[in-house]
Amino acid sequence: MQLRGTVHRFGRDVDTDVIIPARYLNTSDPAELAKHCMEDIDADFVARVKPGDIIVAEENFGCGSSREHAPVAIKASGVSCVIAKSFARIFYRNSINVGLPIMECPEAVDAISAGDVVDVDADAGVIRDETTGAQFQAQPFPPFIQQIIADGGLVEHTRRQLAQKRGE
Amino acid sequence: MPRPMTMAEKILARHAHLDEVVPGQLIECDLDLVLSNDITAPIAIKTFGELGADRVFDPTRICLVPDHYAPNKDIKSAEQTKCVRDFARAQGITHYWEVGCMGIEHALLPEQGVVVPGDLIIGADSHTCTYGGIGAFATGVGSTDAGVGYATGRAWFKVPRTLRFVIDGELPRYSSAKDVILHIIGKIGVDGALYAAMEFAGSTVEAMSVEGRLTIANMAIEAGGKAGLFEVDDKTRAYYAGTAERPIVEYHPDPDAEYAQVYHIDAADIVPCVSWPHLPSNTRPVAESRDVDIDQAVIGSCTNGRIEDMRAAADVLRGRRVDPWVRCIVIPATQAVWKQCVDEGLMDVFIDAGCAVSTPTCGPCLGGYMGVLADGERCISTTNRNFVGRMGAKTSEVYLANPAVAAASAVAGHIALPSDLD
Ligand code: SF4
Repeated sequence: MQLRGTVHRFGRDVDTDVIIPARYLNTSDPAELAKHCMEDIDADFVARVKPGDIIVAEENFGCGSSREHAPVAIKASGVSCVIAKSFARIFYRNSINVGLPIMECPEAVDAISAGDVVDVDADAGVIRDETTGAQFQAQPFPPFIQQIIADGGLVEHTRRQLAQKRGE
Repeated sequence: MPRPMTMAEKILARHAHLDEVVPGQLIECDLDLVLSNDITAPIAIKTFGELGADRVFDPTRICLVPDHYAPNKDIKSAEQTKCVRDFARAQGITHYWEVGCMGIEHALLPEQGVVVPGDLIIGADSHTCTYGGIGAFATGVGSTDAGVGYATGRAWFKVPRTLRFVIDGELPRYSSAKDVILHIIGKIGVDGALYAAMEFAGSTVEAMSVEGRLTIANMAIEAGGKAGLFEVDDKTRAYYAGTAERPIVEYHPDPDAEYAQVYHIDAADIVPCVSWPHLPSNTRPVAESRDVDIDQAVIGSCTNGRIEDMRAAADVLRGRRVDPWVRCIVIPATQAVWKQCVDEGLMDVFIDAGCAVSTPTCGPCLGGYMGVLADGERCISTTNRNFVGRMGAKTSEVYLANPAVAAASAVAGHIALPSDLD
């Protein structure tokens, strides 16, 4: 999977409450959630973000509650990938389950600046900063996880698998 | 030769059909059981529907336990349990317990031999980690994972690193398994075991009952842990004699397994303690908590609602009366525990002491019903969480403790040790 976009930078411990504030959790509609993504930490993020853009953040991205709304909001806002030094456990699991590509790569996080254009080969784990020419290697996901993400998340992935089994 | 592995690594490797796994590795595993309760099952059932699946992967490997708001506390919870019950019937699920047979899931499933040592289990309930007490790798997941698990019997995992806790020596008087885990959480913090498996060993846990080990494993999640594991020994084997639904499989860590960290703890340092509001890691010795007056005591839950806990509470309450300004609510975790309480005369002790005794339910533990707190009220509780508003109003307070301390506090009207009553 090839991803490419402009970088938006965030610090450490970005929690699920700033990714999508609880006051908006009365809906699970991705488009509605996307309207408020990152609102409390970066008020005009939603206005600036373009399809394909990439979030780069420090440690422990997505800490806090187990709400799946957080990766859903990020994905629906147009963001194609989140690169961080580390992710909180449940956010990590939820991101894969909703089909949001994520990568752990501390070296890339240290080197990439806001506004850089970055392209990512998610299958190979290669991150390239087009602005500076620097290249980084993250641990690629094993093929079955790549397939879950490519299918758009665990539910869609399983739906396809089950349909295949039934020979549809 | 595969690399030396910890218990968690061995169980995961076996279920992924791999010779070895390393921490951080992403694997796909076959599951032995998928659990959910009356709150989480309805969402998982919805996911199951979205998958276009029509049959569950194996109707004998799904456990549906309506325990949180059952017996139904209101119309909304009645609708939820109905959804679960209809699904169980339609799918021919063998492990569904109606009110009257039901118990708190994490006490019920080991007791009935449904979860067995060596299992790999996911549950849409964070305290699924309880089954580490009998040597299973069990972890809490979201409802999406559970719904997919119903359909496929599979789940993906990131292999966790393992922290090992070696506890040796004899516990001080009135100190129990609950104090061991509160002590550990106090020491390492609520994220001290984040994403890790916790492996418990040493002479203290060897001497401990299986029930005590279940209490400790139950609270692994309160340290951020993904699982808490104990090795199978003669006590575990005896616990399962005649009840195990499936063969027991034992996994023991290799002597040269790699641990992210090893903690050595002297049991003599583990004095009876309470976790003050609003974090389980906020532990202080009971001896330094006597100034706290209480309005309510709750003795029960998946942490401390087993027969050993009932006995510990009854030993303190025998021949005594609960303070006239305290509500003491006792909830045996399962029907079998309830009956055992009757057989052993513990019910008489509770009733004579002025306790209210409830049919098995999670009830007050999550602020559901059967003992919700008003603003500013304080409760000493044998449950596992004391977050803001956990048992009721936002300004209410929960103090976590072992059953003997909770019982003694109910009598004293303030946090107390059993010896304070003499
Ligand atoms: S007793 Fe409390 S912690 Fe245990 S399963 Fe029920 S609500 Fe959860």
